Amino acid sequence: YILKCTFPWFGMDIGGTLVKLVYFEPKDITAEEELEEVENLKSIRRYLTSNTAYGKTGVRDVHLELHNLTICGRTGNLHFIRFPTAAMHRFIQMGRDKHFSSLHTTLCATGGGAYKFENDFRTMADLELLKLDELDCLIQGLLYIDSVGFNGHPECYYFENPSDTQNCIKSPCCLDNLFPMLLVNIGSGVSLLAVYTKDNYKRVTGTSLGGGTFLGLCCLLTGCETFEEALEMASKGDSTNVDKLVKDIYGGDYQRFGLQGSAVASSFGHMMSKEKRDSISKEDLARATLVTITNNIGSIARMCAVNEKIERVVFVGNFLRINTVSTKLLAYAMDFWSKGQLRALFLEHEGYFGAVGAFLELLKSSDDA
Amino acid sequence: MALCGVADTGSHSMDKSITLPPDEIFRNLENAKRFAIDIGGSLTKLAYYSTVQHKVAKVRSFDHSAKVSLQETDGDPLYEISVQEEITARLHFIKFENAYIETCLDFIKDHLVNTETKVIKATGGGAHKFKDLIEKKLKLKVDKEDEMTCLIKGCNFVLKNIPHEAFVYAKHADSEFRFQHTHPDIFPYLLINIGSGVSIVKVEAEDKFERIGGSSIGGGTFWGLGALLTKTKRFDELLQLASKGQHTNVDMLVKDIYGGAYGSLGLTGDLIASSFGKSATTDKEFSKEDMAKSLLHMISNDIGQLACLYAKLHNLTRVYFGGFFIRGHPVTMHTITYSINFFTKGEVQALFLRHEGYLGAIGAFLKGAEEDNPNQYSWGENYAGSSGLMSVSPELNPIQRARSGTFDMLEMDRLERQLVNLPLLQDATSYIPDTVDLTEDALAREYWLYCFEEALDGVVKRAIASQKDQPEAVERAEKFRQKYRHKLQTLRHQPFAYGSLTVRSLLDTREHCLNEFNFPDPYSKIKQKENDMALKYYLKVVKSVEELSWEQRQFNLVKGLLAGNVFDWGAKAVSDVLESDPEFGFEQAKQQLQERPWLVDAYNQWIERLKGPPHKCALFFVDNSGIDIILGVFPFIRELLIRGTEVVLASNSGPALNDVTNSELQILTERIAAMDPVIHAALKEDRLALVQNGSSSPCLDLSRLDKVLATVVRERGTDLVIIEGMGRAIHTNYYAMLSCESLKLAVIKNSWLADRLGGKIFSVVFKYEVPSKAQGQH
Repeated sequence: YILKCTFPWFGMDIGGTLVKLVYFEPKDITAEEELEEVENLKSIRRYLTSNTAYGKTGVRDVHLELHNLTICGRTGNLHFIRFPTAAMHRFIQMGRDKHFSSLHTTLCATGGGAYKFENDFRTMADLELLKLDELDCLIQGLLYIDSVGFNGHPECYYFENPSDTQNCIKSPCCLDNLFPMLLVNIGSGVSLLAVYTKDNYKRVTGTSLGGGTFLGLCCLLTGCETFEEALEMASKGDSTNVDKLVKDIYGGDYQRFGLQGSAVASSFGHMMSKEKRDSISKEDLARATLVTITNNIGSIARMCAVNEKIERVVFVGNFLRINTVSTKLLAYAMDFWSKGQLRALFLEHEGYFGAVGAFLELLKSSDDA
Repeated sequence: MALCGVADTGSHSMDKSITLPPDEIFRNLENAKRFAIDIGGSLTKLAYYSTVQHKVAKVRSFDHSAKVSLQETDGDPLYEISVQEEITARLHFIKFENAYIETCLDFIKDHLVNTETKVIKATGGGAHKFKDLIEKKLKLKVDKEDEMTCLIKGCNFVLKNIPHEAFVYAKHADSEFRFQHTHPDIFPYLLINIGSGVSIVKVEAEDKFERIGGSSIGGGTFWGLGALLTKTKRFDELLQLASKGQHTNVDMLVKDIYGGAYGSLGLTGDLIASSFGKSATTDKEFSKEDMAKSLLHMISNDIGQLACLYAKLHNLTRVYFGGFFIRGHPVTMHTITYSINFFTKGEVQALFLRHEGYLGAIGAFLKGAEEDNPNQYSWGENYAGSSGLMSVSPELNPIQRARSGTFDMLEMDRLERQLVNLPLLQDATSYIPDTVDLTEDALAREYWLYCFEEALDGVVKRAIASQKDQPEAVERAEKFRQKYRHKLQTLRHQPFAYGSLTVRSLLDTREHCLNEFNFPDPYSKIKQKENDMALKYYLKVVKSVEELSWEQRQFNLVKGLLAGNVFDWGAKAVSDVLESDPEFGFEQAKQQLQERPWLVDAYNQWIERLKGPPHKCALFFVDNSGIDIILGVFPFIRELLIRGTEVVLASNSGPALNDVTNSELQILTERIAAMDPVIHAALKEDRLALVQNGSSSPCLDLSRLDKVLATVVRERGTDLVIIEGMGRAIHTNYYAMLSCESLKLAVIKNSWLADRLGGKIFSVVFKYEVPSKAQGQH
């Protein structure tokens, strides 16, 4: 009798803004198993795999699904689901309603919410969380997904010709060795990690100017309500109506210091003037907010990379989801300011690595048992 | 991502109705030349160079060649005192609101006599805007200079010439400004200029600097984004809002995500995880104050973080912050300081500058004055003409400035001599001249401010008495009284106004104010009288000492030195005795001295040392004229000379209280040499040298001494430094560590201070120190 980890297999990452959930859907269920499978489990599987949206705010990122993954002797698909942390209590209630606790599975969770909501899980749904460190999970999850690839394609990509907006194209890349890398995780806030090996890393620094700041400021400035809305507006706006550029002050380049006229001298600098404030569009404001936050992350990442003597900078986190403005800007900033020394790398599963890491821990914990 | 100033924001209404107080601002405009102007977003800074004519007391020796014997000089004064006009150079800097610019230009036009001036150097974002107005009004050609170059030049200048230029800001401390004693070697440093954007500049030498980085998130971001979020237009109002807000309502903290701290990473629960993070997830109205505060934290933290990353990369620990975002605003100084502490864990301190607002104007001026080589000279802040640092927090600034509150001034005097470190300081970078920092010691501050105020009547009286022949001296003395009293009042409320408040700075301020009203040397006649009197006793004292045994003689010489030091018009207790009883003699002074063991008593060690080989060369910082120098110091150094030790007597370059000046000492020494063959021979053989110390202060800053003195000290292999008197050995240098043997001696002539040191009035300090590691002097 081989001790197998009981289904369902979940990994959860409860962040400041979003909850990320990965779910393994076994595709090799035998008829015998099917018979034995409790109704509860079946209904959970059916609910998750037959829908792409859950409630008002839950979403399954179908395009990220990994097919025919073999793990711990089982083959199946890995699903990627997210919903706002604000809906956490509804999620816990659902767990109670569906009698999740009767399945006797371990719920592996990481992110700050694993600590914050631990007690709620216990009292509301009779569920015990196995709490895991978010940075450990992030790295293990990232390395795993990178190793299995993205349904036959590389997980990793970069931008060719990052400094040339016309010819800047996304292009997949397969790296034999990711180490050492500077891992920049952009969620609500930002953490920067220097990763030397699978088990050897340190958090170099962090900044509070992250995805939460972008969305928060956008909500206040434009009245938008969602990340998608904010990005949509930003894609239509022009930040140079909001930001003061070097040429706005010097008439051209600031040659004494080799600064191009098109460089941003002061983010939101034009907004010091009342006339300009009165004539600005919401789209321009959204774009400027996005550019400001992105450039700042780029700048801190670059400085850390130089200080840590690391050439590869890997950007992850849900801030980069459907956000080509930022990914291209980061690629450009790394390349331009380092004179080609640094390379920005991105991963397709942006914000899910923590959840994947938690999921892997689940399997590991049953192995140990 | 560079920029310093804020250009073209808002419109300016020209206020022509104001009248300027001409006595106070734009002083010495008649002789002004070399103008420079720095026009920022709201303030204009004007700089000019001018010459100041003021009176100085000169002493000149009478011709004594015909009279050789002591008796013949009886009744004749030893030397002549004359008051002469002297012209010195002074830099004037004035800061005022842009609204006054036209009025000011008109005023300058009306008072500017010098026609040689053809150009005005200009910098700052507003220079372009006002170019036509300036050219039309002043008929001067506007010559634009690069902002950053001006800024750095100005920064180097103030750091080099104003010892307490830089400070650390501590919001909750008794004194919010903690000054750093600037080391003579100011390079390398990092200047973070937070204007509308941020520039990070590494400065390695006078003309070597590089913009190593920057950020577009700066003062303009705070202002622009803040205006959008709160509908508040003015920068100052935004800061006001921010100071009242709670950022935790808007920001997502670590504890909002974790429910507590993120322990394994050492991130506390109160740390901001995501700025404005709550406004993304919560559907509610946020108050203006809270949003402004959140924005302020976001920007300050971001700048602090970048500053630390650059400081680390370039291995720099001196990081100065400037720009309009900082400019004296306690709110931003606090958040930047907090951020730097957080990111460097205290390894780097955020430093701010007293004259930060003037850097551009100073730099532009220096660019225009390059042919005068202003950097070849040492400059000193004139406390009489400078406004000093004002706290902008209203609760700390209850008194309004007497003159128009919109004008702020800085005046720098060009010093005759170039000033350098004493080469014998054990560690020049950690040397702090002053013993007690009155900015931090509230009790001592209260006492000394009271003490100086009490003494003011006497000083005024003496000033008038020194110019009996000039009837208008009374009026001038009254003006002096008002000015100095006002300074004392300012210092009572803002002890940090001129850097660290010390007994030295109080004394120096008084000297500056006296000079300001043409009382160059109120003690000149008293000094003359005392010198004459003391000279008559010189041979008698020398003879009486010579008759003693070696041991007795050494003790008597030291006692003489100490007794001489009792005669000090600078100390109130003594001036009382001297004025009521002029017969109070040298011998009586010896009786007054504390019996051994003294308050600080290293006499036995000193005697043991004297039994050993003679010192190579002794440097003696002398104190008072009259009995002190003639009957105390000369017999003592005479013994040193006989032992085979060379002696360098260092005296003040200019007058201060009754301290003997270098020119007086020259004459005295000549006279003594005429009576005493030992001194005569020593002078002739150059074993006795007289040098000036470069200062006109009753105290002593060993990091700012005449360059010539430093050279002499080095060339002669000086291995003993003697510092005499309260001002030089107690108020300053009491803790100074030297790389050679040193003697610090003084009689405590102030009962409060004596009490503090655990003694009584006329207690004796005799401190003999040998550096722990022999520096190979013998």
